[in-house]
Amino acid sequence: MTDRFMLNRRQLLKTTAAGAALGLASASFPISRAFATAATVGFIYVGPKDDYGYNQAHAEGAAALNGIEGISVVEEENVPETVDVQKTMESMINLDGASLIFPTSFGYFDPHMLAMCAKFPDVQFRHCGGMWDKAKHPMNAGSYFGYIGMGQYLNGVVAGHTSKSKKLGFVAAKPIPQVLLNINSFLLGARSVDPAITCQVIFTGEWSLAVKEAEAANALVDQGADVITCHVDSPKVVVETVAGRGAFVCGYHANQSPLAPEKYLTGAEWNWAKVYKMFVDDLIAGTPLPNFTRGGLADGFVKMSPLGPAVGEPARKQFDATLAEMMKGGFSVIKGPLKSNKGAVVATEGQAFAETAIELESMDYLVEGVVGSTA
Amino acid sequence: MDATGIGLWGVPLAILGGAIRVSTPFIFVSLGEAITERSGRINLGLEGTLVFGAMTAYAVAVMTNSPWLGLLAAAAAGLCFGLFHGWICKFPKVNDIAIGIALMLFGSGLAFFFGKPFIKPKAPNLPAIPFGAWSDIPQVQAALDVNVLFLIGAALSLVLWWAFRNTRAGLIVRVVGDSSDAARAMGLDPNTVRLIATGVGGALAGIGGAYLSLYYPGSWTERISSGQGLMAVALVIFARWNPLGCFASALLFGGAGALGPALQSVGVTQGYYLFYAAPYILTLIIMIATSSPTRSLAGAPGELSITK
Repeated sequence: MTDRFMLNRRQLLKTTAAGAALGLASASFPISRAFATAATVGFIYVGPKDDYGYNQAHAEGAAALNGIEGISVVEEENVPETVDVQKTMESMINLDGASLIFPTSFGYFDPHMLAMCAKFPDVQFRHCGGMWDKAKHPMNAGSYFGYIGMGQYLNGVVAGHTSKSKKLGFVAAKPIPQVLLNINSFLLGARSVDPAITCQVIFTGEWSLAVKEAEAANALVDQGADVITCHVDSPKVVVETVAGRGAFVCGYHANQSPLAPEKYLTGAEWNWAKVYKMFVDDLIAGTPLPNFTRGGLADGFVKMSPLGPAVGEPARKQFDATLAEMMKGGFSVIKGPLKSNKGAVVATEGQAFAETAIELESMDYLVEGVVGSTA
Repeated sequence: MDATGIGLWGVPLAILGGAIRVSTPFIFVSLGEAITERSGRINLGLEGTLVFGAMTAYAVAVMTNSPWLGLLAAAAAGLCFGLFHGWICKFPKVNDIAIGIALMLFGSGLAFFFGKPFIKPKAPNLPAIPFGAWSDIPQVQAALDVNVLFLIGAALSLVLWWAFRNTRAGLIVRVVGDSSDAARAMGLDPNTVRLIATGVGGALAGIGGAYLSLYYPGSWTERISSGQGLMAVALVIFARWNPLGCFASALLFGGAGALGPALQSVGVTQGYYLFYAAPYILTLIIMIATSSPTRSLAGAPGELSITK
């Protein structure tokens, strides 16, 4: 029922927009075909696109394509990671004529996007975060992601300088590799300031559970954590709750400083505009789109929020120095000797995993100093 | 243990604080549903009413800069939803459960539609009363910041419990809920009584929504409720249609919900998915322990379509 409604709405909008455009075009431009759309790009979000978080970051990237001539963007938000996303993709292809689709949520990849890849071999699909593998997956599929753990390391550097209790907090959704890398990076960044710092992690079990995230933030403050960050889809609730309790907060996904201007230190943000423009440039030029795209701070895939008013001079200095080091590329957050919080060796003396190391994408441990468990 | 943390004391404190913070929407929605079900109807649409109430309250609070006007608007919106449900259900052969599910989807969808422009702005919050001011420990102070709506909810459950037994209005609702025929014989119009009961139930659910968006967690997002309205409807059965039971079970659910994060914060990090399931396991155990194959649920209104 809902789907039919959405199709109707889509058709209605399309027809009205096309009608209006036609009227306008015939009135002012005699040769309207020259302005016809060269390609339509589809974006699919799992949540609302103004969530101060994951989806907003992608939507800001999509919005950056609006100025490009010949490109039109179609978006749909609140699409569950079920067969619904297949219907959305089909309608984007059949009704809007999309030739490139970005299903942005983790759970869209397998089996939904892969099914669509097989059904529409002429359409290109690029998935955020999924592990595209040349041996297993079709060539019209692909994945892109950024090394945002670096941003969490920088969050940690600022947090390490700002914390008085030497206890940090992390509100995490699920113990998957990307989240674990962020937690570990946050702590290791802080430990680069003071090796005695610990980080308490609370897993909420879901990407978006407003009340549980607020409870987790309260519990962390109750236990003395005075700088808190998170990895959930919408950090809005965590940022507001933490700031309301008087602790400091580091952001994630997008810039949340308007929510807590005094307590917001800095944040690790995506810069998807850069990535999407890259793909679309290839599309316009007619060159094959890359299948496996990764990048970090140096590549402009990830950026940092401006430092907040509570960040002191020593923190600012170390932040700038570390950032400059990362901009050279090849920075290693995980380097030996390093143990997991269960005592297992994760990196031996002299061993280092640069941001590009593929091993990091299958991380299953929390490092020493993180109080928490992956299961 | 260091000076800033409060260690293991954090767990009971978090459960207490969580019970107070998290339970309020449960209290209002389940009290509203108790009134509706006592009159012989089920309104499953309260999840939609809760979400719509949250959106309305936030939007009105943003526009007028007054959380109280937002609260009032949420109650009015909830009343409209409830009256709509009651009005449709008075027609013959209409299934109240199906209408409720339709209204649940409708309410959420409408809230998402109208709520788009209000995700970014910040609304003023409802005030809290600092009952913890006697303590020097900031954690205790934070846990005992009690919102006025919680106190109103507590008082309301007492009043309703008393009113169902002792007032004319309470008896009318119960008679209509137990037997339409008896009510008609007394000269009462069951449809009118149910219309009012469903309307009042909707208004209370709207207030529950206002608490979500204007106090805790205190912002409007499309994921704000995550099924709390549905859970509250189930709580009514768990509470055996008794307003005091609704209040107690809402507290239980609130406290149990805080258990998972609190245990992780003191270092009990294994098996958190199990802790998160605690409230549901508890519900199951109590339901099984108190049910019997030989009689219907104690306290169930006779006209309710699930017990008929």
